[in-house]
Amino acid sequence: MPPRTLILDADAIANTLAEMADRIVEAAGRESDLLVVGIQRRGVELAHRLATLVEERTSQAVGRGKLDITLYRDDLQTIGPRPIVGETVLPPTLDGRTVVIVDDVLYTGRTIRAALDEFADFGRPRRVLLAVLVDRGGRELPIQPDIVGCHATATPDDLVNVLVTELDGVDSVELVARATS
Amino acid sequence: MTSPLGKDLIGLESLTPEQIQLMLDTAEPFKEVSERSIKKVPALRGKTIVNLFFEPSTRTRISFEFAEKRLSADTVNVASTGSSVSKGETLVDTARNLEAMRIDMVVVRHSMSGAAQFLAERIRSNVVNAGDGKHEHPTQALLDLLTLRDRFGRLEGLKVAICGDVLHSRVARSNIWGLLKLGAQVGVCGPPTLLPRGIEALGVTVLPRIEDAIEWADALNILRLQLERMQGGFVPSLREYNRVFGVTSERLDRAPRDLVILHPGPMNRGVEIDSDVADGPHSVILPQVTNGVAVRMAVLYLLAGGSPDWAAPPAGEETR
Repeated sequence: MPPRTLILDADAIANTLAEMADRIVEAAGRESDLLVVGIQRRGVELAHRLATLVEERTSQAVGRGKLDITLYRDDLQTIGPRPIVGETVLPPTLDGRTVVIVDDVLYTGRTIRAALDEFADFGRPRRVLLAVLVDRGGRELPIQPDIVGCHATATPDDLVNVLVTELDGVDSVELVARATS
Repeated sequence: MTSPLGKDLIGLESLTPEQIQLMLDTAEPFKEVSERSIKKVPALRGKTIVNLFFEPSTRTRISFEFAEKRLSADTVNVASTGSSVSKGETLVDTARNLEAMRIDMVVVRHSMSGAAQFLAERIRSNVVNAGDGKHEHPTQALLDLLTLRDRFGRLEGLKVAICGDVLHSRVARSNIWGLLKLGAQVGVCGPPTLLPRGIEALGVTVLPRIEDAIEWADALNILRLQLERMQGGFVPSLREYNRVFGVTSERLDRAPRDLVILHPGPMNRGVEIDSDVADGPHSVILPQVTNGVAVRMAVLYLLAGGSPDWAAPPAGEETR
């Protein structure tokens, strides 16, 4: 078994998401057409929870969406067997809206690059914010989050695993040190 | 590097149920791409695909071309007329010359059974069979399966009767393999001259009369009577065929349940299918066409997982 370190447990995740929701309200709470979009797969569940938390704070309805960026990856030619493509559900147009992208872990930034490209095909949001539960560093592109739940120090060999109740039966964030080969 | 399907898609006979399931599941998200206002994703950007059609085709060729363009691939269409094929160049020479221009995939339609396999063994590009003689037409069967799954929510245990000219039909053969592998029951119905001898050995039920098929089935897949292959006196006349085997609303009214009606097109209205059935509430003929694009996008996307070996870059790391 590779060594695992718990970064956030269920309570800590709940507190972190509450803080992130406060920050979203601060940054964009007055927007009447706020849209919270989760990146498949774990980002979708986190986005859904954040949208609900923001609604509780502002008493305004918040739009929800999900985005699968597989078809926009820049490494599709090199990764070998195709990854499974998930569902994308966005409103017919993003024109003029404020969008919060939610992902579980921010690492190289390539996923977010792909998400921004995909948004461009759906319209022109007025503003896009990035909210991530864990920022593990290691960026390969000039992309920075607006709202961060927590920072983790991880080497390229480490894996940061986010588990959510909806898919995994438990809420937790853990760091798994993979054996260096 | 090979894709989960291997290098080529020649037919459903050689695939596992899991591989067929994977193609159907992968088609689901691609349906949504065609509903976007910008109907294009960059997944196959920079890939070159040649549509090599040695037989006339409208629906299949256009469907493949839409699928390719919506994945951002570059496409070239080669038809047998107006190309060096009409000067007598062989299939393999045509393909090798195209490959010398560094293409990535070939979609091939040919009148000879086995042509797609023959080509796949001789070139390094991915080959997709768009219909070869009387052998297979896998993407048509996949879109039929997807349409049935949309309608019924499952394929297992479903009773599907394939009606008409089964003898000449690659659509029938691919459907039989696909349906059986995914746990459906298959019946075939048609005049004895148009049913291959010994077809029961595949595990299908022979339904001698169209009334039997209507009583037995949950869905009818009505094949086109291939008028161009009818020189051999397989049926006395088209009128006679319609009288005995035509799917009419009068016959469907006597069915114990509402039957879903499929037809791979092009239809001979008033021969194998009457207009009020083709345009009726239980017809899924146009949803079949819509699903065709999604299924072909899925197949191309999955096959592109492996590159021809001259183009294979070092395997990248999974990044997020």
